[in-house]
Amino acid sequence: MSATAATLRTNVTSVARLLPNWAWGIAFLGLAVVYPYFVAPNLLDASITTLAYIIMALGLNIVVGFAGLLDLGYVAFFAIGAYVMGWLGSAHFADLDIHVLASKFANNLPGIHLNFVFILIAAALFTGLWGVILGAPTLRLRGDYLAIVTLAFGEIVPRVFENATSGIFGIGSTDWSNGRQGITPVDKIALPGETPLRYPIELEPVYYVALAMVLVTLFINRRLRDSRLGRAWIAVREDQVAAAAMGVNLVRTKLWAYAIGASLGGFSGVFLATYNNTVNVDQFEFGFSVFILCMVIIGGMGNIWGVILGAIVLSMINRYVLKQLNGVPDAIGLDFDLTSVNFGIFGFLLLVMMVLRPEGFIPSGRRKLELHAAEIDPTDHVGAASDAQSYDVRQR
Amino acid sequence: MEAASLPDTPSRTPPGRSVLTALNENILWVLLALPLLYYFVKDPTQTLDDVKTGLSNGTIWALIALGYTLVYGIIELINFAHGEVFMIGSFVATSIWATMGVTAASSVAAIVGSIIVGLAVAMLASGSLNTMIERVAYRPLRNAPKLAPLISAIGMSFILQNVGLLWRPTPDSVPDLIKSQQSVFTIFDVAVERSDIFAVVVTVPLLVALLWFVGQTKYGKAMRATAQDPDAARLMGIDIDRTISLTFMLGGLLAGAAGMIYALYNGTIQFNQGFTAGLIAFTAAVMGGIGNLKGAVIGGLIIGVIQAISDTHYGGIWTPAVVFAILILVMVFRPQGLFGEETREG
Repeated sequence: MSATAATLRTNVTSVARLLPNWAWGIAFLGLAVVYPYFVAPNLLDASITTLAYIIMALGLNIVVGFAGLLDLGYVAFFAIGAYVMGWLGSAHFADLDIHVLASKFANNLPGIHLNFVFILIAAALFTGLWGVILGAPTLRLRGDYLAIVTLAFGEIVPRVFENATSGIFGIGSTDWSNGRQGITPVDKIALPGETPLRYPIELEPVYYVALAMVLVTLFINRRLRDSRLGRAWIAVREDQVAAAAMGVNLVRTKLWAYAIGASLGGFSGVFLATYNNTVNVDQFEFGFSVFILCMVIIGGMGNIWGVILGAIVLSMINRYVLKQLNGVPDAIGLDFDLTSVNFGIFGFLLLVMMVLRPEGFIPSGRRKLELHAAEIDPTDHVGAASDAQSYDVRQR
Repeated sequence: MEAASLPDTPSRTPPGRSVLTALNENILWVLLALPLLYYFVKDPTQTLDDVKTGLSNGTIWALIALGYTLVYGIIELINFAHGEVFMIGSFVATSIWATMGVTAASSVAAIVGSIIVGLAVAMLASGSLNTMIERVAYRPLRNAPKLAPLISAIGMSFILQNVGLLWRPTPDSVPDLIKSQQSVFTIFDVAVERSDIFAVVVTVPLLVALLWFVGQTKYGKAMRATAQDPDAARLMGIDIDRTISLTFMLGGLLAGAAGMIYALYNGTIQFNQGFTAGLIAFTAAVMGGIGNLKGAVIGGLIIGVIQAISDTHYGGIWTPAVVFAILILVMVFRPQGLFGEETREG
């Protein structure tokens, strides 16, 4: 990178070293806690969605960033999680009458109504299972072929839901999805027997639910990254033949990556389903997979903090900034809706990022070395570069 | 893919192989033939009609699939933006006809002339667009890990899709210049329509020209050499960058032609037609063994027939799922495609 970037990096690092890591953590957490009291409702609404996207980006980061398996069909797990919410927390199956610790309102409705926490757990397990089922066939594939197969799964799953209004592929006659209309309304988050949260009128409580979910995800991610499994993922990413030779079980390692990555997608899908009050097949398009992938790549594949930054930046651009800037094309004499071209803007960001800085804003040390392998001076001994980078790998 | 790139993989099985091995090697053919046979016995006329529709529709997929296979053969990159190049081809052709003011009611000479102009302009536009994409999005990443160009390809595809969105926000109808629904002749109770004839008549010369170009000319030889071993080709004095640009140009030309045919064949065009078409065509390219030109054509025709049969028997809503399921099955169980090890150009 250029000298300016290097200076900037040094400055950022010296600022970061002013406080120990735990103090930064508490500072950011404190900021996140008081945040809803300082912002307008439309910004808070965007922020809540952003929190849900952070969970997905962290989930995808496990598959793409840690294990190095390029997944272009992540939206499938969002879809599965959302439909689990639709099945277990709405009046969709009106013939059934099952209520487990549901809210005061939901208790009087037909259909299945479980408590939100149960649905979260059920969805995480169910999507995790599907992560394994969809991941298993791809185990022997690498690179481009892996990407295309996951993309195909990401296309098939929403199509199956869209068409499963009378059994799936002619088997059975259950309506699983209510077709293009989607499942709506969906139960609100609630304590057992109490009045549910009043979003979208009152957003603060649901913001804290989302924040708590992000913290759980963050904890899981950090612990996993430093665990035996996490180190196995990174070994598989770097060189799977070498990893296998060192005794890493490739099948189990990859399947765990798919399962946990998928679980987090489902986890977030449940939240988005209830927050948006609908489970609609239009949300589950390829563009969404790329949107989440964009967060991971632009932030810095494999680096948890980078991915969070990427998710915040892209999601806020998508949900807030573009809406604020909507007058701009009009002002310069162009007639189009800026929000309609958001995916084009992300495409442009992806392209620019890949050409100029393929390792992302806050790269993981190893990934950066990998992507700039060609630029490393051959006369320089490799050890020097990795010494300088070891800080990033261990401490962040 | 991995198997194909290993040079020491034996390409021929030793003599005296068992029936099981033979079955295993041709399993894809068997799996494709059985359903066709089943439906043929069940309802011959309908199935023949499906085959006709599938073959004519398949020519479009074949043209697009060739672009994938050419590019993959030479730089092992899935050109994700290729479907969008095809879409732009459709848009350009339709705009040309709108500018020239031709309608279905114009004179025959005017219609034929405008179709030829539309074809030429669409091909040129798509060809130059594809070359430009290579310059902007792939060339800077030639030595980067394979993930990087794949992601910049996705970025490019999204950009072009949004260009299409701004160009034509809603689906547009194309003047029915070829009176596509009109039946030309009937064979075995199957009516062959003008659109079917049109697709075949435009596609076949292009395919022949492409095979001749890649197989017989000096440029084609350079392409094949680069595909086989870029470093060795460079040592032999081949300009790699120019050869790769040429490959993208060829792929784009074919995609532009496919776009023009698609516009007249289907009668409507929209900005997101490229994504699905691209995936279908990619399936075709993989099925034929990626890098194999004849394979891509045959794969395209087969996918067309599968789609037509699936449309008839399961309804159009399940067809994309069927095609994608086939894509997954082929990639997972038979990544070298229908024609075994015979990959690369030719």
